Amino acid sequence: MNATDYDRPGVDMAWCPGCGNFAILKILKQALAELDIPPQRLVVASGIGQAPKTPHYFQTHLFNGLHGRALPVATGIKAANPELLVIAQGGDGDMYGEGGNHFLHTVRRNPDLTHLVHNNMVYGLTKGQASPTSLPGFVTPLQTEGVFQEPFNPLAAAIALNASFVARTFAGAFEESVAIFKQALTHPGYALVDIFQPCVTFNRVNTFQWFKEHSYFLGDNHNAEDRAQAFQRAIESDPWPLGIFYRNPARADYIGHLAPFDGDRRPLHSRRPNLEALARVLQGKRAL
Amino acid sequence: MPPIREFSEDIALVIGGEAGRGIQTVEQLLTIALKLSGYHIFATKEYMSRIRGGSNSTQIRIASRPVSAGLGRIDLLLPLDQKALERLRPGLRPESVILGDAEVLSGAEDLIHIPFGQLAEQAGERRAANTVAVGVLLGLVGQGLEPLLAALEQQFADLDRSVIDANLKAARSGFEAGRNLVGEGRLALCLQPTAAVANDLFLTGSEAVAYGAIAGGCNFVSSYPMSPATGALLVLARHARECGIVVEQAEDEIAASNMALGAWYAGARALVTTSGGGFDLMTESLSLAGMTETPLVIHLGQRPGPATGLPTRTEQGDLEMALYSGHGEYPRILLAPGSHEQAFALSRQAFDLADRFQVPVIVLTDQYLLDALTNLPALDLEPLPVTGYTIETGADYRRYAIAEDGISPRGIPGRGQGLVCVDSDEHDEDGHISEDLALRIRMVDKRLRKLVAMTEAALPPELDGHPHADTLVVTWGSTCQIVREALRRLHEHDLAMLHFPQIYPLPKQTGDLLARPRHLIVVENNATGQFAGLLQRHTGRRADHRILKYDGLPFTVEELTKTLRGLLDRYRPDPMECCDECD
Repeated sequence: MNATDYDRPGVDMAWCPGCGNFAILKILKQALAELDIPPQRLVVASGIGQAPKTPHYFQTHLFNGLHGRALPVATGIKAANPELLVIAQGGDGDMYGEGGNHFLHTVRRNPDLTHLVHNNMVYGLTKGQASPTSLPGFVTPLQTEGVFQEPFNPLAAAIALNASFVARTFAGAFEESVAIFKQALTHPGYALVDIFQPCVTFNRVNTFQWFKEHSYFLGDNHNAEDRAQAFQRAIESDPWPLGIFYRNPARADYIGHLAPFDGDRRPLHSRRPNLEALARVLQGKRAL
Repeated sequence: MPPIREFSEDIALVIGGEAGRGIQTVEQLLTIALKLSGYHIFATKEYMSRIRGGSNSTQIRIASRPVSAGLGRIDLLLPLDQKALERLRPGLRPESVILGDAEVLSGAEDLIHIPFGQLAEQAGERRAANTVAVGVLLGLVGQGLEPLLAALEQQFADLDRSVIDANLKAARSGFEAGRNLVGEGRLALCLQPTAAVANDLFLTGSEAVAYGAIAGGCNFVSSYPMSPATGALLVLARHARECGIVVEQAEDEIAASNMALGAWYAGARALVTTSGGGFDLMTESLSLAGMTETPLVIHLGQRPGPATGLPTRTEQGDLEMALYSGHGEYPRILLAPGSHEQAFALSRQAFDLADRFQVPVIVLTDQYLLDALTNLPALDLEPLPVTGYTIETGADYRRYAIAEDGISPRGIPGRGQGLVCVDSDEHDEDGHISEDLALRIRMVDKRLRKLVAMTEAALPPELDGHPHADTLVVTWGSTCQIVREALRRLHEHDLAMLHFPQIYPLPKQTGDLLARPRHLIVVENNATGQFAGLLQRHTGRRADHRILKYDGLPFTVEELTKTLRGLLDRYRPDPMECCDECD
C-alpha cells in the first residue's frame, strides 16, 4: 500500500501550521503502508487533546473517547477481536497525566497494541499549561514561577514494569521513526513509542531545533534485551537517547490467556451465546 | 419435662456467629442438604464489613411451599458463640427456641443444650462442632442424612481423609441427637418435603444476574471488585472457559467501563458489575456511551451510601444516581429485578435492549437480593433474538446516519468494508468531530428520539390483585416479593400491588395505572422515596404514603404487613360516617 491510500482528502485539520503532529501522521501512514495494513483492519483508540485527533485525519476505524481513557478502550477492542491491529494514540497529558493509572496497568497486562504518545512537554488544547513531562523551570501562565516537579519518565516507568517493548523517537527523524513504528506495530504485545514533538504555539523552549540538538539515536552497541542497560539509558537526559530501549519477548501473551481465545482466535462478534454450556452449568446448580 | 415446641410448614432458622469461624460453611451445608431433601429454602445474610470477628447472621427459611422473602421473626436460633446469642436474643419471641452448646453459651436457661463440642470430640475432630450442629438440624427435620454426607464429602474434598471421616461421624451423631430431641418430644419441626424440589435450581441473586448475562450473550466482563457486586463477577469468572467469557479485573472502575465500551464497539457483549462508589467513577464513561451510542450493560448492586456507607448492607438509594449521572442529555434504560427469576430475565434482557437501542442499560439490584439463596424450578433458556442488531458495513458506511427512529445501523470494525468511527465530541454522520451547530441539533434530536421506541418497548409493570383495587402498593427492585407476601397475609380484596421491573423509561400505561387507586403507597428501601418522586414527576400522581426503610436492612414480611395494616385501617371509612351513603 501507499501512504496516500490512508489520506482523507478535504479534511479540516485543527493543528497549527508546523505542528509536530503532521510529521507523526506522515510517519504513521508510511509505516502502515509498508506493513500493508488495510484501514479495515486498523483501529485507533484515542482520548482528548490535539494528538488524539490524529485518527480523524486518515483512513482508519476510530474510537475517539475520553481524556486519558484510550488504553482501556484499546484493550477492550483487542480483547473482543484479536484480528484487529489496535493503536492507542494521544499526548503526554492524556496518556501520562489523566490516564497515568491505565498506562501502568496496561504495561502489566501486556495486550497486543501499539501505544503512540505524542510528547511535546506541554498542554496544547487547554492552551499552554505544564504537562507531566514538562522540564523543571518551564514557565507557563499557570506555573508562573516555573515547573518544580520531577518530570514523568515514561520509558523508565515502563521498563521498571517490565514492558514488552519500549521506544522513543523524534517526530523530525522520519526514516528512523518509520522503522521504530513498524517494529512497534508488529511487536506481539504492548509496545510504547514516546515521540518527541514540538508544540509551535505553547512551548517556545522545546522547539524542533531544541529536540534535534538535545537527542540522538542509540547505537548498535545497545542491547535492547538487557533490562538493566535499558533502564540505565532510559534515565539519561540531555541529551536524550532515542531508539528501541527495551524489548522483552518473554512476556505472556494477553489474548492467549483469555478464556474465549483458548484455541480459537475468532472475534467475539462472530460467536453466539453458548446456551448449551449455560444449560450444563445450570444443571450443576440442581445438584450438589 | 418442658412442653413440646412445635414449628410447622414455614420455619425461620437463624444462625449467628463470628466471621471466619464457620458460619458460612454451616449455612452452605445446611441449605444444600435441606434443598436436596425437598424443602423450599430462602436464605438471607446480614454481615459486618470484616473478614473475621464481628457478629454475622444468616436467616434460613425452611418451608413446605415456595418462599421468596425474608422474615423478621426467629423460630429457631442457633448461636455459635456468646456474642451471637446476645446480639440476636432481643429478636426472639416467647415461643422461639435456642439450640446450642451450653459449654459455649452462658446465661441461656431456656437453651436446648446439645453438646456440639463434645460430640465433635467423640467423632475425633474438635473443629467439627459446626458439622454436629448441621446434623442436629437435619435430624430435627427428619429426612435422611445422605444429602449432608454427600455435601460434606464435596465441601471438605481437599482435606485429609481422616478429617472428612470425622466430619461424617460428627454429622451422624448430630443427626442422632436431633432425632432424639424429636423422639423425647422436646422439639418438632413439621415440614412436608416435595420430591421435585430436590432437583430444583439453587441460586443466589448474584448467580441469577450472572447466568442471565450469559444467556444474554455476555462474553466480556471487566470490573473492579466491590461489595455486593463482586459475586456476579466471580460467577462469570468461574464459568469463563465453559461459556467463553473474557474476564478482566480492571485497575479501577474507570478502566472497567472503558474496556467494556471498547469491547462492545468491537462486537462483544460486555458487562460491568459494580456498586455505588464504583458507579460514580463510571459516570464519565456512561456519558461516553450516550454520546458514542455504544451499548453498555452495568450491573449496579446497591448498598447504603453516601461514600463508603455500610459496605455490606442493603439499600435502594442509587436510583436517582443511575438515572441522572453522567453529563449531558442522552437516553438510558434502568431495570430493577424483584426476584431471582427476574434477576436472570432482566440481566439477559439488558443485553438485548442495550444492543437494540445502542444505549447504556443499568440493572439495579442490592445486597439483599444478591446474597439471597433460593430454589427455583427452572429458568427460561429459550434463545432470544440476540443477533441482528449489528450490520456488515459497506464502503460508504456512516455510523451515525440520521435515522427516523434515531437508531443508526451499528457496524463493527472488522466486519465489512466500511470504517466505523465513533467520537466523544459532537460528530457528523461519519463519526468525525464537528462543530456545525445545526448538525448538533440534528444529532441531539436523533439520540433523544430513541426514547420513543424505548418507551414503546418498556417492560410493563406487573399487577398482583384487582386492577381497580382501592389501594395500590408500588414496588421496584428487591422489595417486590416481600410486599407480595405481606399482601397475601393481609388478604384484602381492595388491595393490589404494582411492581416495576423497568423503572426508566417508564412504560406508557404508568399514568393510567396510578390514576385508578384511591390510595397509592410506594415502598422503598431508601430514605427519600426516589421512585415515588420519579413517578410523580412522570405522572403527576403523588404517593399518599411512602413506606421507607434505610437502616441498612431489608424490609421483613412482618413489618410490611403491620405497616400496611395500619395504613389500611386509616383508609377504611369510619362506619358511622359512611352509613348514609351505604345501602
